[in-house]
Amino acid sequence: MAAGCAITSWAAALPERVVTNEDIMTLFDTSDEWIVTRTGIRQRRAADGPFVTPKGPSSPPGGMGTTAQLAAQAGGAALQRAGLSGADIDLLILCTTSPDQLVPATSSPVANALGIRGGAMDVNAACAGFTYGLVMAASLIGVGAERVLLVGAETLTRITNWADRTNAFLFGDGAGAVVVEASPGESALLGWDLGVDGSLVELCYADHGGPGMVMRGQEVFRQAVRVTVDSATKSLERAKVAASDIALFVPHQANARIMDAVAERLDIPKQRTASVIEWTGNTSSASVPLALVEAADQGRLSPGDLVLFAGFGAGMTWSSAVWRWGPGST
Amino acid sequence: MAPEDTFDAFKQCAVEVLQVDPSKIVPEARFAEDLDADSLDLVELVMALEERFGVNVAESELEGVQTVGQAYELVTSKL
Repeated sequence: MAAGCAITSWAAALPERVVTNEDIMTLFDTSDEWIVTRTGIRQRRAADGPFVTPKGPSSPPGGMGTTAQLAAQAGGAALQRAGLSGADIDLLILCTTSPDQLVPATSSPVANALGIRGGAMDVNAACAGFTYGLVMAASLIGVGAERVLLVGAETLTRITNWADRTNAFLFGDGAGAVVVEASPGESALLGWDLGVDGSLVELCYADHGGPGMVMRGQEVFRQAVRVTVDSATKSLERAKVAASDIALFVPHQANARIMDAVAERLDIPKQRTASVIEWTGNTSSASVPLALVEAADQGRLSPGDLVLFAGFGAGMTWSSAVWRWGPGST
Repeated sequence: MAPEDTFDAFKQCAVEVLQVDPSKIVPEARFAEDLDADSLDLVELVMALEERFGVNVAESELEGVQTVGQAYELVTSKL
C-alpha cells in the first residue's frame, strides 16, 4: 500500500433495551447457565424482536431503520470526536448483513444523516464484514482518498428466529465506527487476508420472508476455528510479525468458546484479546468495532501497537488484518 | 502405531481438550455424565483428534457418540 493511514477516531452505539438470558428463558426451555457455558453471552442489546415495542416501521421514513439509526449514531460520534463533519468524508463504508431495505443501500440514508456526499456503499461479508471494510478503506486511501468513515452496524434481532432454541440467544444489535485517515508514513495495514468458501452457504443463512437465522452450530464452530486461525496466520506471515508481537487481538465476537479456541491456537493470551461478547452477544459486522472501541477507550492501545483483526461469517467468509495503531490515534 | 500407543495418543488429546485427569479417560466413560463435557467440548476433541491422527470426521458421524470408547472407535476406524 502506497499511502500511510491511521484510525484517528472511533465510537460505538447500542440500542437501549438490554435482553438478559432470563428474558430469553421466557421464550423457550433454556437456562442462563446453559447459554453462558456454551457461548459466554450474558446479555445483548435489541432494537427489534419480541422484547422491543413498538417495533420499528416496516418502511422506515427516509430509509432510517434501526440499522441506519445505529450506524448514524456511531458514525456521527466518531466524526465529532475527530472534529470532522460529513463533508470531510470521501467515502462511507457501511458493513452490514441486516440492511433496513432491499433498495437502496442503508449507507445512503446514513450518509444523508451525517452530511456525507463523497460516496457511500454497503458491504455484506456477514460477520467478517468489518475487516473486509478496513482493508478496503486502507486501499482507497492508497489511491487518494483522504478520509473514510467505516461503520459496522446490525439489527440482527430483526432476522433472528425467536423460536429456535439452538441459536436465538446468540444475536444482538449495535454499531461501531472508525475514521480512517491518510497520514504521513507507511500504511497501517501491514498484512491482510480475505477469503470465502461458498460451498458452505448452508451452514448459516436467512431467507427473505423465512423464519430467520438457520445455523448448524457445531459445524460452524469447527469451520470457524479453522478458517480464522488459518487466515490470521496468513496475515501475520504477510506482515512479517509473530503472534507474540500482537498487542491486541480483536476477533469477531461470535461465541467466547470460539474466541478462546482461536486465541489458544494462535498462542495469544486472554489478556491480549478484546472481548465484549458477554454483554453484546454476536453483533456480526458490528462486533469487531464494538470490541475495538471498548479496548481503545480503556487505553489498551498505544501508538505503534500491532492489532490483529480476525473474523469469519456466513458464506462462509473470513478476513484478517494486522494493523499498526497510531500515530494520530488519540 | 501399536494399539496401546494409539489409545495413549487419544488419551493425551482428551486430557488436554477436556482438562480432566488421565485416569478418567477410559472406554466406558460417558462424555456428558462422567467427564462434564458438552457438545462443543466434543467438537473440540474431535478437531484435536483429526489433527493428531490426520483423519476427517464428518459432523453427522458425531451423532450418537456418547462415550470415550465410541469416539475412539470412530477415529481409529479411519486410520
